[in-house]
This record gives sequence, structure tokens and C-alpha cells, in this order.
Amino acid sequence: MSEDDERQQSPPSDLDFVSTKARNCNATGSGSAYPDQVLNNVLENVLHFLTSKRDRNAASLVCKSWYRVEALTRSELLIGNCYAVSPARVTARFARVRALHLKGKPRFADFNLMPPDWGAHFNPWALAMAKAYPWLEKVHLKRMSVTDDDLVTLAELFLGFKELSLVCCDGFGTGGLAIFVNKCRQLKVLDLIDSEVTDDDTDWISCFPEGESHLESLIFDCVECHVNFEALERLVARSPSLKKLRLNRYVSIEQLYRLMIRAPQLTHLGTGSFSPSEIAGQGDQEPDYVNAFAACKSLVCLSGFREIIPDYLPAIYPVCANLTSLNFSYANITAEQLKPIISKCHKLEVFWVLDSICDEGLQAVAVTCKELRELRVFPVDAREDSDGLVSDVGLRAISEGCRKLQSILYFCQQMTNAAVIAMSKNCPDLVVFRLCIMGRRRADHVTGEPMDDGFGAIVMNCKKLTRLAVSGLLTDKAFDYIGRHGKLIRTLSVAFAGDSDIGLKYVLEGCPQLQKLEIRDSPFGDAALRSGLHHYYNMRFLWMSSCSLTRHGCQEIAHAMPHLVVEVIRSADEEEMDTAAEILYMYRSLEGPRTDVPKFVTIL
Amino acid sequence: MQGTERDLNYKETELCLGLPGGGGGGGGENEVESSPKTTGKRGFSETVDLKLNLQSKEAGMDLNQNLETCSKQTACTKDPSKPPAKAQVLGWPPVRSYRKNIMANQKNSSEECEKAAFVKVSMDGAPYLRKVDLKMYNSYQKLSDALAKMFSSFTMGNYGSQGMIDFMNESKLMDLLNSSDYVPTYEDKDGDWMLVGDVPWEMFVESCKRLRIMKGSEAIGLAPRAMEKCKSRA
Repeated sequence: MSEDDERQQSPPSDLDFVSTKARNCNATGSGSAYPDQVLNNVLENVLHFLTSKRDRNAASLVCKSWYRVEALTRSELLIGNCYAVSPARVTARFARVRALHLKGKPRFADFNLMPPDWGAHFNPWALAMAKAYPWLEKVHLKRMSVTDDDLVTLAELFLGFKELSLVCCDGFGTGGLAIFVNKCRQLKVLDLIDSEVTDDDTDWISCFPEGESHLESLIFDCVECHVNFEALERLVARSPSLKKLRLNRYVSIEQLYRLMIRAPQLTHLGTGSFSPSEIAGQGDQEPDYVNAFAACKSLVCLSGFREIIPDYLPAIYPVCANLTSLNFSYANITAEQLKPIISKCHKLEVFWVLDSICDEGLQAVAVTCKELRELRVFPVDAREDSDGLVSDVGLRAISEGCRKLQSILYFCQQMTNAAVIAMSKNCPDLVVFRLCIMGRRRADHVTGEPMDDGFGAIVMNCKKLTRLAVSGLLTDKAFDYIGRHGKLIRTLSVAFAGDSDIGLKYVLEGCPQLQKLEIRDSPFGDAALRSGLHHYYNMRFLWMSSCSLTRHGCQEIAHAMPHLVVEVIRSADEEEMDTAAEILYMYRSLEGPRTDVPKFVTIL
Repeated sequence: MQGTERDLNYKETELCLGLPGGGGGGGGENEVESSPKTTGKRGFSETVDLKLNLQSKEAGMDLNQNLETCSKQTACTKDPSKPPAKAQVLGWPPVRSYRKNIMANQKNSSEECEKAAFVKVSMDGAPYLRKVDLKMYNSYQKLSDALAKMFSSFTMGNYGSQGMIDFMNESKLMDLLNSSDYVPTYEDKDGDWMLVGDVPWEMFVESCKRLRIMKGSEAIGLAPRAMEKCKSRA
């Protein structure tokens, strides 16, 4: 059974039986009568067209025959938890996988809540895939530990390897990258996003093979070491298919210019530092940056600006009108500096920005960006007691101007229920609502009330909501609202909230679609945990840290549910005899306890 | 409360360019304003109260985490005159350390929230221009040392105890300019070429658009204008 099986109520009624061509199908096993063989061939032809994993999961449940054929034709595997199913089981079931998406650590690991070396190693997967699917073309990993050896495995054992995407990964360095890029002669995509890459002092950019490259996407903005610019320039010059290029902060604006004039076909550009290097060549003339941007007529996505000198911002004016995505989340700019840019960005759909633009900057966004779908406002100063640069004023302005908003992540120091309620009414299409009031347990700063009613309005009015993150002062009432109205919620993040067990109970009993629940520092205990027993097999995982759980309580769950792996994680220097369960991380699995547990993890 | 005291100290020792009472985000008078800073402090004491009141297991965990955090967390600023910010709870706010580090580095490399002040530096006879960030230095002497490193034939003339040229002393000035030593000059906001060292350092950083190092003898033509301007300022 695939890890991602979700209980589907209706059989797949949307299968159209197209006219068939008999096709060679030697893996279904033969010896069966001729009509069966034909049926299998037909089925295979048809199921080949199914791409949605939900449809495929449904199809595989119809009967054994369908199960087998679906397994043959599934080419893209999405495994949301690398420990829910083993590489062996996967390779035994699916015969012809071309693409693998694999996720490892839970999201709270990003915030240092998990001790390092917890697990999620790509290595066993790499080796299993190499044996079973030598034609594998694409690997997308998120929050996995990848070693240099794994990169070498990918490069050497998969002959037609084309796409590697590493998001929030670690464990490898420029040495491994060098070998990887050198040996993957068909490489189209190398995307390193928010990953930690060790500086092995290796010039990996120079290791791309000579001759025309197939590169379509090269993203390395997270790589924190110098790159050989001349080699990079030559690489870009010989990559006619290159559409996405995101540079790291060691690339100066003069160097960016040189790359841009060689690649005017780019659609996605990460600008690097966007400031000059210290040494200027002879002559006073600066390159014509405006012209370089004007030449990129297909540019729709702009990011970077890692060490921005705002004086250079006007260079991007020519592309603003076409931009659908703009990421200023590393650019410490003011509202005044933003306005001339944003006022030109009529087509903008995705906007990431720092709170340095203040409420005034957000108001400017609201005036122009009527097509905005996704907004993320990050804090310049990510501390509880820093100055609040954006507030309820900015949130309300956005809600009034950007009615098509679907996804928002908003960091602030203070908020009001009224503004959140306004957003719930103005933006009914919201699918993702993540509000982070950085001061813990902070009440509505105007009324002094808890933020219950604001979040309540969100779950009541935003009927498409599937992801919610709450913050501020919240009582059990907020969770009552969520349990009552958040019927589609799949991911819920809770921090420093709630009064008692009943809060968690409301959610576990009320939200049938809940898949991922992450909770920290909230007063939920063993009784609350018990109230979710009916639902845990439907979930990908539950994370609870610094709550009121005991080992005994967690043990009860482990005993009651044999297909749940219940991990109790200590911070590395704690002793084992604690009765309190500092971190609980539990997830359904077909495999039972994993064999690669570090010392600080106990599986109950 | 210790934390509040720290906050006050922070404000008082905060280095800020600009007129008092104006922008620049500082000034010790903020306590009476209903600014976000006030809210911030309230938030802090609120948190501290919660810590003291909690007797449940959660308090134990919270405090443990904070103790750990105190030793693990580095101060958000390298300025030794500012006491470290209040200890932060581990992993809160939920911003990835990658992003936190980048913002912290950006802050340190550009003083407070002000951008860098890059100016081009040319020296007569040298083949390449250089660029310097004036905000990296806090005195004429430091700038002079840096320029000497970049242009090895440049040595700074006689700059007096405060690092400023004594424009009132004509003969001293003429001696300086008559020598074959190189003299740094700069173009100010009005487009005039001035001798470096005629104004206090901070004013110089604000008004300097570019630097040119020329022979003292060539700079003689600047002197009278420089002196005029200087006198009109005084």
C-alpha cells in the first residue's frame, strides 16, 4: 500500500476508456488467458494517463488487477514521509518509476527544535533506486540528509539523470556537487533551495562538462561560497535552454549584468547581491543595467537582492509590468523605495517582502497588485521584542486591495481581531492563512481580548482553507472554532496557545482532513492525545514539543496503534529517565520502528 | 526589572545619525510615546510574568529551554556598547536560521538601518578606480590608512590632532599644498571639489560623492574656494 493512500469514498468514475492499442506488457505476469491479457493491456494504456496521485490511489484499490497495473504505470512517486514506507517495499510494488519526491524531517526541524542527526538519510533510497530504477530521471528531496556519496551515486548509477532538486537539505558540499555536475551529462535542472552546502573549497561551477549544456534551471542562491565567475559566465553562454538562474550573494551587480546580456531568454532570475563589488574597472561608466533588464522580455519571476543598494532598483523598471512573482524578502528597503517598483507590478501574483516596507508599503501593494495570490511578509528583526514595523493596518489594507488572495504568511508584533475578521470576509478564497504574532501570547492590542474571534472568523468564512497557523493569545475557544468549522484543514500549526486538553480535543475530533499537526509549548496532555486515536492512521504525522505529555501517555498510544511509530526525542544532552516527553513525533508507517535511530530518540 | 533596564540602556547608547527628535529610530524620549517600542516592552514583561507564574511542567521546559538559549544564542548585534538583547526562546519566532543569519549579517555590515556609502576613488596616475564604503571607517585616519593600502604611493599629509585640516591657518595649508605629497580631495553634494578634512567626519560621509587623490600642487587651485566655503559655514 502506498504511504499516501487516503481513504477515497468514490471509485474513479472519471476514467474514459479510449480506443486501445495492444501494448507489450510483460510485467503483469502471464500464463493467464488471452482476454485477461488484453484487459490488462487496455487497463495499462488507460491508467498510463492518470497523473493525479489521488486518482491513482483510488484506482489501485479497485481490485488486484487494477492494483498491479496501476503499480506498473505510476511513473512519479510522492512519498511524504521517508519513514512511512521502506525503499524495498516501494521498489517491489512500483516497476517503472521515473521521478521520486521524498520528504524527511518534520517542518519544526527548520527552527532548531530537533537535535541534529535525527535521520532522514537519502542514502538507503539512493542505493535501492539505483538497483530498481536505473532509468530514474528526477529526484526532489525536502528536508533530507544527502551526502556527497549520494550525489556521486546519482551521477554515476543513473545514466539519463536529468533533474535534482534539494530543498532544505544538508549533509553535502561543493565537493559532491562538483562530481555530480561533471558526470550528469544530461542534466537539465539543478535546484538548491534553502539547503546547507558545505564549502569544500571546490570550484564546482568549473566542473560542468564542456560543450553545449542542456541546463534549463540552475538555482544556487543558498550556496554560501564564492563561485568562479568566469566559469559561470562560460556556462551560461553555452546553455541556450537556460530559463531559470538564481545566483548567490557572491555575484555582484556588474557580474549579473554580464550574465544577463548572455541570457536574455531567462524567465526566472535571482539577482545575487545586487550591489557593486569593491573594485571598479577603469572609467566612470557603469553598465547599462536598465537595458539588460529591458532585454529580458520573458522575465516573470525576480528574486535575490541579497545585499541590495537601493540606488540600483530602478534598473528593474522595464520588467515590472510582466512580473508575476517578486521576492524582496532579503531586501531591507523602505516604503518609499518600494513604491516606484510596486506601482508598476500590475500582474504580480506572488510577493515576498520584508516588514521594512511597513504598513505604508503594504498599502501601496494593495493599491496596485489586484491579482495577488500569495503574500509573505518576513521580519527584518526576528525577535519577540523587536520593533513592530507592520501591523493590523497593513493586513487590513491588503485584504481590501487584494481580493483574490489565496495564501498569506504574515509576521508582525501586534494584531487585532477586527483586521483578521476583515481579511476573512474580504478574501474568501484563502487556502493558506499563517499569522505569526511574534510576541508570544499577545492579545488584540486594541481590545485586550484573545485572538480567538479573529481565527474563528477565518475558519468560518474561508471555506477553502486547508492550512492554518495560529498565534497570539488564544484560549480553548479558538480550537473549538477550528474543530467546528475547519473541515478542510490539512495542516495546522500551533504555538504557545490554548488553556487545557479540551483545546486539542476539539481539533482532533473536529477536523477529519487533518494530516499534519505541529504543536509547541501548549498545555495539552495525555488525555488530549488519547482523543485522537480514531484519527492518527489518517494523518501523516503529529508533532508535539514542550507540551504536557508524559512517556506513559505516549506509550499508551504506541500500544493502541501498532502501525504508528511513536518517537520520543530528547534534546541531545538530556538524560533518558525523564517521565516527561519533551518532544513527541509520531507518524504512521508500514515498516515499524526504523533502524537508524540516534541515541536521543526512543521509539516506544 | 532587569530586562527593562536593559531596554533603556539600549536606547541611550544607540548610535544614531540625524537630528535629535527626528528620524533614525532612536532617542531616549521614546518611553512616553505610544510607539511600537512601548508595546514591545509590555510584551516582554508579560512574558516574564508568565514564566514566573507557570508552575506546571511547561514552565520547567520553558525555563530549561531559555537557559539553554541564553548560552547558545548569540547577541543580535556586535556593537559592544549595547547590552545583548533579551534571551530568545529556542526556535521562536519561526524563521529559518538561514534567513535569520542573512538579516543579521546585513545589519552588521551596514550600520543600524542605513545603507552603505560607496564612493569611487581615483588617484591621478593610477590605472584603476576603486570603490570604498565610507561607512566602514569612523575617522579620517582610518580612511587614510585604507587609501594608503589601496594606492601604495599615497601617503597622507599633515592632518592635525583631530584629523582635520586647519583651514584657518593659511600658511600651514599652503605648505601642505606646495609639497609634492598627494592630497585627497572630494566632490561634495553641490558638485564642488573640496579638500578632504575640512568638516567633521560624519558630515564628510554624508556629503562626499566621490574622492580624487591628486598632487598637492594641483590642489592649490581648490584651496581658496575651500577656505571661502569653510568660512561661510562657520
